[in-house]
Amino acid sequence: MTYTPHLEYVLRLADNALILGQRLSEWTGHAPVLEEELALANIALDLIGQSRLLLTHAGRLEGARRDEDQLAFLRSDHQFRNVTLVELPNGDFGRTVLRNFLVSAFQREVWQALESSRDRELAAIAEKSLKETRYHVKHSADWVIRLGDGTDGSHLRIQSALDYLWPYTAELFTENPVDNEIAAAGLGVAWSSLEPAWENTVRPVLMEATLAVPARTAFRSRGKLGLHSEYLGHLLTEMQHLQRTHPGAQW
Amino acid sequence: MLTEAQAWQVLKQIPDPELPAVSVCELGIVREVRAAEDTVTVVVTPTYSGCPATQMIEAAIRTALQDAGCAAVSVETRLSPAWTTDWLTPEARAKLRAYGIAPPQAARPELAQPLRFVPPAPRCPRCDAPDTVRLSEFGSTACKALYRCTQCREPFEYFKPI
Repeated sequence: MTYTPHLEYVLRLADNALILGQRLSEWTGHAPVLEEELALANIALDLIGQSRLLLTHAGRLEGARRDEDQLAFLRSDHQFRNVTLVELPNGDFGRTVLRNFLVSAFQREVWQALESSRDRELAAIAEKSLKETRYHVKHSADWVIRLGDGTDGSHLRIQSALDYLWPYTAELFTENPVDNEIAAAGLGVAWSSLEPAWENTVRPVLMEATLAVPARTAFRSRGKLGLHSEYLGHLLTEMQHLQRTHPGAQW
Repeated sequence: MLTEAQAWQVLKQIPDPELPAVSVCELGIVREVRAAEDTVTVVVTPTYSGCPATQMIEAAIRTALQDAGCAAVSVETRLSPAWTTDWLTPEARAKLRAYGIAPPQAARPELAQPLRFVPPAPRCPRCDAPDTVRLSEFGSTACKALYRCTQCREPFEYFKPI
């Protein structure tokens, strides 16, 4: 299946939100304290809500009469366009909130830039999502600092989470033709141009958390090109089970 | 057949499913009402992208208008301008406070603050004390945070400015 650059770009945004939302919802019933149970579930709800708007828009752009549900539940892993970072397993609570921080700081830059997109529907979704994402950044930044600059044990765990997650953040900013076409058409922002702004948000918080930021390596994950880790397949198996088993089921 | 004014009267009676103390109009969700021919069109701006109440509100609007004698109801969703707590009416704020939920402070200045800025705490909706502490950024729903009053020691919810 080939997507137009416009559709490809919207699917990247939609799938990032959907897959991270699905991952966060795994915490329901398992969070360390009740307040965080509610927080993670509410953030998941925001993300899934954003993905619904984006997938509905993607379905219109595609013009094949596919709705949000068909796009979410009936695509295979190679047809998903989320970055690999969001499909990685949650790990412990520290890794979960650290990923939320790295991703939401990125999404905040994207939404801010997309408010002036020539795609009016995308601009409206960005305007709405930006307000929600600001709270996600704030919530996760608080936790990263609290855990990093906390006990020896919490520091050790969130530092190892940063070592694990950091290489995957490079993918957010890798240049590619879709980005360039979208930026040239005024439809969106090239993600590669957002790295300095993202670093300006991320590095001061990691520093305040007394964490050591690993050096960049040559490793590049390629989830947004449809080349995913094995984790996405397992996640989709669970998420899509009902629609795959009972196609068209409604409740 | 209803006039626009009559339709507004009907809509003002519909409580928010999660915050029954206030109506959907007082929350600022209903942006526009148009009556033409046999159809009443209601333009709705959702609060949060993932708010589960959105679909319930749409259904409640349809039912209420049909019960009031409207033959056809159309509910349109408008995303932009995005919903803000600044649209809550003064009546809604007073009702929320009476219901035990601290109403939102102004949204705009807070959003422009840097990341680590801690906004001024809301006053306790029960005893009106100014000294309250935040327990959690997220409460029972996405739109609320959890606070506790240091005077009367009661926990309460705060409607977050957005």
